[in-house]
Amino acid sequence: MSNKVIHALYNDDDILMDAVKKVKEKHIHIDEIFTPFPVHGLDKAMGLAPTRLAVTAFMYGLVGLGFSIWMTNYMMIQDWPQDIGGKPNFSWFLNMPAFVPIMFEMTIFFAAHFMVITFYMRSRIWPFKSAENPDVRTTDDHFLMEISIHNNNEEELTSLLNETGAVEINVIEKH
Amino acid sequence: MSSHYEAPIREPLVLGEKSYHDITVDIARPIEGKANKNWYIAFTISLIAFIWGIGCISYTIGTGIGVWGLNKNIGWAWDITNFVWWVGIGHAGTLISAVLLLFRQRWRMAINRSAEAMTIFAVFQAGLFPIIHMGRPWNGYWVMPIPNQFGTLWVNFNSPLLWDVFAISTYLSVSLVFWWTGLLPDFAMLRDRAVKPFQKKIYALLSFGWSGRAKDWQRFEEVSLVLAGLATPLVLSVHTIVSMDFATSINPGWHSTIFPPYFVAGAIFSGFAMVQTLLGIMRKVTNLENYITRLHVEYMNMVIMFTGGIVAVAYATEFFIAWYTGSPYENFTYMSVGAATGPYGWAFWSLILFNILIPQLLWIRKFRRSFIISFLISIAINIGMWFERFDIIAIVLSKGHLPSTWARFEPTFVDIGIFIGTIGFFGVLFLLYARTFPVIAQAEVKSILKLSGENYKKLRDGNHE
Repeated sequence: MSNKVIHALYNDDDILMDAVKKVKEKHIHIDEIFTPFPVHGLDKAMGLAPTRLAVTAFMYGLVGLGFSIWMTNYMMIQDWPQDIGGKPNFSWFLNMPAFVPIMFEMTIFFAAHFMVITFYMRSRIWPFKSAENPDVRTTDDHFLMEISIHNNNEEELTSLLNETGAVEINVIEKH
Repeated sequence: MSSHYEAPIREPLVLGEKSYHDITVDIARPIEGKANKNWYIAFTISLIAFIWGIGCISYTIGTGIGVWGLNKNIGWAWDITNFVWWVGIGHAGTLISAVLLLFRQRWRMAINRSAEAMTIFAVFQAGLFPIIHMGRPWNGYWVMPIPNQFGTLWVNFNSPLLWDVFAISTYLSVSLVFWWTGLLPDFAMLRDRAVKPFQKKIYALLSFGWSGRAKDWQRFEEVSLVLAGLATPLVLSVHTIVSMDFATSINPGWHSTIFPPYFVAGAIFSGFAMVQTLLGIMRKVTNLENYITRLHVEYMNMVIMFTGGIVAVAYATEFFIAWYTGSPYENFTYMSVGAATGPYGWAFWSLILFNILIPQLLWIRKFRRSFIISFLISIAINIGMWFERFDIIAIVLSKGHLPSTWARFEPTFVDIGIFIGTIGFFGVLFLLYARTFPVIAQAEVKSILKLSGENYKKLRDGNHE
């Protein structure tokens, strides 16, 4: 089966947005769009599901909070209780006000770092990863729309994309 | 065009006839071009200061902290002053990128990258001081809650000094991640422009293979927003906890409940002053006058006026309360008649002059919008904020409850040398950053170009007439 894709390049975000809407009206699936900066509303126009990263951040924050409670309890109450300035150390709860800063910092630490790690993993970005944008101009001032051909008529698609204001159209064999 | 509407009364944030490609070229120019003579001069001076600092640090570690001007009564002086000063400077970066993002202040986009770089480099300097002051810095890892050779003697989670360890390390690491995530698309831009293979390799590595897919951008924006939400209380917590190092003690002058908000305001005050100083130079050196405009300077000055006002009110409160208690001990705190007329009177009056009086010039609009005057005032504030910390620490400790222990602090050349060394180190890092990193968040600026670019605004407003 041929793995041909069509690459339509645009040089303006407003033209791109209109083009996406027109292509979607024809019920053609857009594989990918590469843009040099975040274009607002593009994800909705393309029909991308909302990201759930904020939810993961909340959960990682809860883990951090739980970890800090376990850590302060184990170290200050269970393993080696110390009488410091007469502060009560019979139970974690009595000593808790002094642990609030630690609990707060650990919550933030876990939420921020693990959310970013999740983002890197989900978007497949990490050191030594090679870039996958098909055209170097997409990090400068061009916007690239990628549509696979195998379900569509190549000529119709090309003329449709031309109508939407694409500045360049390439058909490429994708490996 | 209608989706990019902004009130015509707002001044443009990007000047000149710019297209998306022009922004790319402008931001990449300082990196792709050669450094000029001024850069080499500044770099050499910073490097010499840094090497001198390394010498002084080595001397301190080799001989012991007896080489500093500390005595048994004033056990903290220059080192902790410098620590608090640098941490304070390190507050503006994340404040600009996080708080201003939450408030949808678009002018942050021209300055957030450099302000965050400044934050990270300043926190490096701050972190050096407590480690050197340990006397045996090779045991520095003892502040971490890890099992050790003394059985399981753990760190003391009741101590504000340990809270500080957690707050500052969280702040540093979260700021670093926030900064780097924002840098990925800009490194990708440099990678895709690079002609030299070595440069291409380096920026490919730094950009983590960023490709700019629609889904990546969606996640990127969400992550930025959530990180901003997390970093905002974090910024406030860091200096709150720094102030608790003092506020939870029982010294008159330190044992003060207004310290946390007052320190946070002071930190933002000094941080913005440092951003103003650095960007005042950078916009000229890197030819980014169209992006860091008079309007940005004015907005920063407004933040400086606001936080400076809070600091001034805090000084007045401290002064009044010290007098109102009628306690003789309070007459030796850093904000008292005793301090104003005592042996450290020069430090007291420097604080008043640099931190309260000089910043009031910013009420005049002409001064607020002047690059040179803003630059000079920002330097005055940097000095004033250093004196604030010095006054709080040295004046309070010099006259304790027992007059026979009264002492005076005189810095030695080592104290001064280490401070100069950290300024040099900071300069070295910042100058290297300015040559190799995209100093403006170009992807973000591109996203507001149609909204706030001068040519687009003109085009739009012309239609209404």
